[in-house]
Amino acid sequence: MYAKKKWLSLLLFALFAVLSFLALFPFFCLLLASFKPSTELLRYGLNLQLQPEILSLNNYYYLLADGRIYFVWFSNSVIITVLNTALALLFSSMVGYALAVYQFKWRNIIFATVLFVMMIPIEIILLPLYKLIVSLRLIDTYWGVILPFVVSPFAVFFFRQYAIGIPRDFIDAARIDGCTEFGIFFRIMRPLMAPAFGAMAILQALTSWNNLVWPLVVLHSEEKFTLPIGLSSLLTPYGNNYDILLSGAILSVIPIMILYLVFQRYFISGLTVGGIKG
Amino acid sequence: MDRQVSAPADSKTVPTKPTRLRSFFHSQKMAPYFFVAPFVISFLLFMLYPIISAFYMSFQEILPGEETFVGLKNYQALNNEHFYAAVSNTVIYTIWTLIILIPVPLVLAVLIHSRFMLAPVLFRSALFLPALTSIVVGGAIFRLIFGEMDTAPMNTILIKLGFSPQQWAMEGGTAMFLMVALASWRWMGINLLYFLSGLQNIPKELYESAEIDGAGSLSKFFRITLPLLKPVTIYVLTISIYGGFTMFTESYVFWTNHSPGDIGLTLIGYLYQQSFENFNMGVGSAIGIVLLVTILVINIVQLKLFGQFRREE
Repeated sequence: MYAKKKWLSLLLFALFAVLSFLALFPFFCLLLASFKPSTELLRYGLNLQLQPEILSLNNYYYLLADGRIYFVWFSNSVIITVLNTALALLFSSMVGYALAVYQFKWRNIIFATVLFVMMIPIEIILLPLYKLIVSLRLIDTYWGVILPFVVSPFAVFFFRQYAIGIPRDFIDAARIDGCTEFGIFFRIMRPLMAPAFGAMAILQALTSWNNLVWPLVVLHSEEKFTLPIGLSSLLTPYGNNYDILLSGAILSVIPIMILYLVFQRYFISGLTVGGIKG
Repeated sequence: MDRQVSAPADSKTVPTKPTRLRSFFHSQKMAPYFFVAPFVISFLLFMLYPIISAFYMSFQEILPGEETFVGLKNYQALNNEHFYAAVSNTVIYTIWTLIILIPVPLVLAVLIHSRFMLAPVLFRSALFLPALTSIVVGGAIFRLIFGEMDTAPMNTILIKLGFSPQQWAMEGGTAMFLMVALASWRWMGINLLYFLSGLQNIPKELYESAEIDGAGSLSKFFRITLPLLKPVTIYVLTISIYGGFTMFTESYVFWTNHSPGDIGLTLIGYLYQQSFENFNMGVGSAIGIVLLVTILVINIVQLKLFGQFRREE
């Protein structure tokens, strides 16, 4: 029995080692390519030999020296991600909390609407939404990117599930102490829902940081681009921008990885508790 | 003004007058409306209104400053080879992602969750890392790995194994492979996490009592794990179906929406082309409406089949 268990563990370990290699190998390719001159990449593609004689930090140097526009994109992405995540967390948690805690007339209809919106991909209404943003004079602005997504139906659903699991006694006790309804939410429920906020913060920031389609439609001037649009504009068939593209791609992954590693604990536990139950 | 104003608050030692404002802040009747207001406003403005206007626009021919009602002409205009290419690519892509991105992460999650697994946290994190990259970065990496030169990584491997090198982004079959591979790479870890969270909610006692009854690993998997993972599986199925039907970026990063012979054209790609490149806004809206109806029908059929999304209190 013991031998069998050991044998199984080794087999599983080997299987997951191979899978992890497949998952991480592309990162290695990108990292390697970012140290190679773009002329070499254009002529021969990325070969996997290390070729220490041609590896250099030149691509990173170009990025710092000539990449002013890259850092404009970077800060645009940071601003949009931070604003969008903060607002989406605030509003979605409010809605989810209300749906979980209060009995009110429109509750079921609103919850059904949340489920409906979860099923409607935004791409379908790309065009009318674009026209709406134009008529609101929000085209080519951060708010044009952010406003349609200040409430995330997925996050609402998630916060609702989470809030249902929190005992009502906390709320009743706060009411007896004279706390306002808003005070209950901000001072009592917000800390109690911290793991849910952690999980949703990662998911929202990830979505917003990596979002391509909607910002591509809204943002037109190069100075307003976010990282995904900016980087994709460097993805030309001629590869003349490979130097900045590769080092820039590496730098763009780093913030979100740090965020993930910092919040990972919340992320997993939040997903588990608030997760989809049947 | 409001019966439910909490009396204890006012009967406390602080003798404050219950003004209208104060009673608003304490009103359990008003508070929920305040809390849900952002969602209601954003739904009406950014979802319902655009859906209605897309429906309306799909029956119009829209030129700058001039809109004429043209009946079903925009829908009839969809009877062309590009649209059919887009439909077929989208459907094939969706089927492939369903085949790969549901059973594989489910089984991997069960394996990671099993007691034989060494270093589960490490492997879980490794498999999740690709999900953190943007589609653009993922696309850039895949273009490098699947470059068309003989010296590009994947072609080098093919040549070593005795196969002929491929022009990956130039032919239908390999083009589909590229898109599915990119999606699988980025989504595997996310679906894995969903299934893992589902597994953690299954009570251990079920397995223990099954073992006492002499159940083997396989029968435990099929009799306990699989049925209890049904809600998560249906959730993942739902997001995979609409993720597949609205795929655009996996194609965009390889061909910037202009693939040779439409090998990478998807429905949303076609919508984008018609709306923002050819300015056929009526046709663009018609594509959107066709997609909307398709997705709603699929969702309703699926909900009927599985009887799911019934709310638990």
